[in-house]
Amino acid sequence: MSASVDVKTLVIDGVDVSARQDQTVLDVARENNIFIPTLCHLEGLSEVGACRLCLVEIKGSPKLFPACVLKVEEGMEVITHSERLLHYRQTILELLFAERNHVCAVCVANGNCELQTIAQSQRLTHVRLPYRNPKLPVDLSHERFAADHNRCILCTRCVRVCAEIEGAHVWDVMGRGIDSMVITDLNDPWGSSSCTRCGKCVQVCPTGALFDKSKVGVSHPKSPEFLPYLNLMREEQ
Amino acid sequence: MSRTIVIDPVTRLEGHAKITLKTNGAGGVEEAYFHVTQVRGFEKFCEGRPFYEMPSLMARICGICPVSHLIASAKACEAILAVEIPPAAAKLRQLLNLAQMIQSHALSFFYLSSPDLLLGMDADKADRHIFGVVKAMPEVGRAGVQLRRFGQRIIEILAGKRIHPGWVVPGGVTEPLTVAKRDEILAMVPESCASILLALDAYKLVTDKFQEEAAVFANFPSMFLGLMPPDGGLEFTDGTLRLIDATGNIVLDGMEASSFDEEFGEAVEPFTFMKFPYYRKMGYPDGCYRVGPLARLNLVDYTGTPRADVELREFKALAEGPVLGSFYYHYARLIEIVHGIETIERILAEPDILDAHVRATAGVNRLEGSGVAEAPRGTLMHHYKVDENGQMLWANLVIATGQNNMAMNRGILQAAQHYVDGNRLTDGMLNRVEAVIRTFDPCLSCSTHAFGEMPMVVELVDPDGKHLDERRRDA
Ligand code: FES
Repeated sequence: MSASVDVKTLVIDGVDVSARQDQTVLDVARENNIFIPTLCHLEGLSEVGACRLCLVEIKGSPKLFPACVLKVEEGMEVITHSERLLHYRQTILELLFAERNHVCAVCVANGNCELQTIAQSQRLTHVRLPYRNPKLPVDLSHERFAADHNRCILCTRCVRVCAEIEGAHVWDVMGRGIDSMVITDLNDPWGSSSCTRCGKCVQVCPTGALFDKSKVGVSHPKSPEFLPYLNLMREEQ
Repeated sequence: MSRTIVIDPVTRLEGHAKITLKTNGAGGVEEAYFHVTQVRGFEKFCEGRPFYEMPSLMARICGICPVSHLIASAKACEAILAVEIPPAAAKLRQLLNLAQMIQSHALSFFYLSSPDLLLGMDADKADRHIFGVVKAMPEVGRAGVQLRRFGQRIIEILAGKRIHPGWVVPGGVTEPLTVAKRDEILAMVPESCASILLALDAYKLVTDKFQEEAAVFANFPSMFLGLMPPDGGLEFTDGTLRLIDATGNIVLDGMEASSFDEEFGEAVEPFTFMKFPYYRKMGYPDGCYRVGPLARLNLVDYTGTPRADVELREFKALAEGPVLGSFYYHYARLIEIVHGIETIERILAEPDILDAHVRATAGVNRLEGSGVAEAPRGTLMHHYKVDENGQMLWANLVIATGQNNMAMNRGILQAAQHYVDGNRLTDGMLNRVEAVIRTFDPCLSCSTHAFGEMPMVVELVDPDGKHLDERRRDA
């Protein structure tokens, strides 16, 4: 490590760790095999801090901080798991489940869904809130892929991968608050949009919202691991 | 004084139901109604979904016969894709459907009906259940459990899990069969053969005691509908439909799934959520027909496997022409299990069963498609309409149990008129009325595409509808 890199030392869950000053608490925790749940974060994409599942406690502050955008500081004492955090994370998940129509039993992503896995890891057994059961569209106009807005959690990974990695910026978000929707081009059908058919958005989608049509009825694991490699190769060029 | 007797809930069925019997002043039964008291709405909530999601979505209708729904649905989707599936895929689906038929028939015969048959209609109701059978005849109980496991295990081996498996998709199946899986299934065959032969012996020992029941358990002329392969024999998965009348004459033959709605209508009655399908040319209620094991055996001249053919000859000897007594659904079910085991063994021995090409792919080539398959309880039809993107616009399902609805209603009236004395209700009387329904092995969750467990009630009301008496049982 060169001398110009400033090294910080901090404590995460009682473990002394060191980090480069430009790292986030989430990066350092992962490097040290400390699990913090995340949904909108994806290695290789910019951070938006939207889902708030990665909230952590910092000693000395009454506030909670999203670990994915929180830069490390010298002497910081981070707590990643507590009753309070569990309560917040469960509530966030309950809100996600209640907001749209997540029916795991008949979902193409069943068994390969990040939302489902995280709900299990956070010991979520019930949703205490009434389900909204909104009537949402399913876009089947694309030859290869489909978008089921019932299963979208608005993490915007598709928007970021399309803009930042593919450079096409087909996906974006329209509307506000509860009415927000991811859209292709200016809310055109995906099939007639400027989509380059690269399929990156499908691979990074954490749920069954974006899927490969040919995978219905088959196990449909997503493989977003290509992103860091792709970035690395581009830096080297 | 006239009364209405209510049997609610009806026990040992798959679903919620109640029976109402209306009596006259002399205590004789005048009217009988079989009410299915649940509703679900699958046809509605599939609207807007991609059509290729239908097999796994529709299979959720039922935990007992999800495979039939998978297959009928996949066939409807293939009509939309306009593809023919690879031969190995067709055979693998046959295997899966037979495995389900075996486990479902084993459930019906051993778990739901054998208490009546082996312990007696009048046996103490505290013992009249599968555990009572296991206690009284342990080897028969064991055979039932083994056959159920045989069927369920094959489904698990082929399709990944016992209940609501995937694997069957529009165009075929997702994975070919491996040698190890084939051999594991084959290894279970001898024990299953022994189990079903034991059950047949047990059935034949007691069947003579039920002559009175056999005469009045939905025993009347009706038509019969089922699937027929081009070369004859018993078939559950592929083929066209045949309808015969009560004397065995062919009314309709070579009918494709796509003309189902043209030939058959569905009537609605206010007292139940289950519809009443009928043959349009004869109208409602004259166009009454039955489906399921009894109908299938009445349709065929031979089953196509040696041991089952021996039994079929015995079955055919019960009547000149079609067997009309619904009591013989039980016997037909056992014969179909024999046929199923023999056919599974035969299909697995065929060299192309391990072929790796098991799925055809295509896009939306037609905007409408229908598919039929034989579910354990009878002919099952799925009919879909989609837009050019393959988004579901409309669906209609005609379920096996629904097609027996008219026969079940007539059957309970027939049995109640024979057995029930409105002045003096006994448990054995009412159990016989329920047992008529059980011969059909109705699946009420399927037929209303509905949801719930399976208790039943019999209610006695006077002609003005005043409630007089009832017998209630929980599942
Ligand atoms: S992962 Fe940090 S806010 Fe979503």
